[in-house]
Amino acid sequence: MANEWPLWEVFIRGQHGMSHRHVGSLHAPDEKMAMNNARDVYTRRNEGVSIWVVQAKDITASDPSEKGPMYEPSESKVYRHPTFYDIPDEAGPM
Amino acid sequence: MITHSNQTADSRHLLEFVLRQGDNALVLGHRMSEWCGTGPALEEDIALANTALDLIGQTQMWLAYAAELEGRDRSANDLAFMRDATDFRNLLLLEQPNRDFGHTMMRQFLFDAYQVPFLQALESSADQRVADIAAKSGREARYHLERSSDIVIALGDGTEESHRRMQDALDRLWSYAGEMFVTDETDIAMHNAAIAPDLKLIHAQWNDTVQARLNKATLAVPDSTFVHKGGKNGVRHEEHLGHMLATMQVLQRSYPNSVW
Repeated sequence: MANEWPLWEVFIRGQHGMSHRHVGSLHAPDEKMAMNNARDVYTRRNEGVSIWVVQAKDITASDPSEKGPMYEPSESKVYRHPTFYDIPDEAGPM
Repeated sequence: MITHSNQTADSRHLLEFVLRQGDNALVLGHRMSEWCGTGPALEEDIALANTALDLIGQTQMWLAYAAELEGRDRSANDLAFMRDATDFRNLLLLEQPNRDFGHTMMRQFLFDAYQVPFLQALESSADQRVADIAAKSGREARYHLERSSDIVIALGDGTEESHRRMQDALDRLWSYAGEMFVTDETDIAMHNAAIAPDLKLIHAQWNDTVQARLNKATLAVPDSTFVHKGGKNGVRHEEHLGHMLATMQVLQRSYPNSVW
């Protein structure tokens, strides 16, 4: 449908969350209504303290068919994972 | 049944006032809930249901207080589901049928623009219970006004068809809006007791909000000053309320005291 509202992706930072997480998408005619719709659709159970909305068309996504070349180089480098270290409790969540 | 002869005039007025607030929220809340599952878009459908739930939550607070003031051992549920249309004290504006989405949002906008300054004034009510309910409801009303204003502006200043429908809604509803500012002896008693504001002040604030936003929506304010009256004093509800209550109350009336 040509006059359908554009698609928006919604990101919400929860009560104790450290960063915004993608929670879903919705349709809205402009950014203000996208924000209101995000509030109405995705924070009905007191989920969030901060909302971001961005038009889906403005997101550049990686191509799933390029998965091999994209991620292959990192697959064999186990030493990049911080699993060899004991994290002190005082450091808190990383 | 306890008789009312020991109630003072002031306490009767307070009960009447609280019932009016509860019935406004209940009737509009039910009207909004009628949209559930039939909204013009999923997002709007959920937003309409959220508004309905906010209003039903406000109803619970007001009618619980009304039931206490009444002192006849009735609950908020009894007041909502076991009273007849003639006992309701809601504004005629709010019992108007939904018609199309634009009409529903125009009705909501005209009421929200009243609720926001009215509840804000009630926050400093001499009656602490009224002030507490107003504080909680006022936050919800401010969001409702933001949302209904946005939609009235977007549709008024939208396509030729949406503009025509919004102007039609405004023309239909305008003569009902005036009842919000009709002052009777209950309003005067509440104002004198510092429980509620002077409705003239609220009317002025309402006018400012409504004029500015309707201008933005490119909608023409009707020049009629005729006002439909009889909802808030229960004297002359329209047939719409009876039909609405028949649907809303049928379960409790058919199976009294049934619970979830």
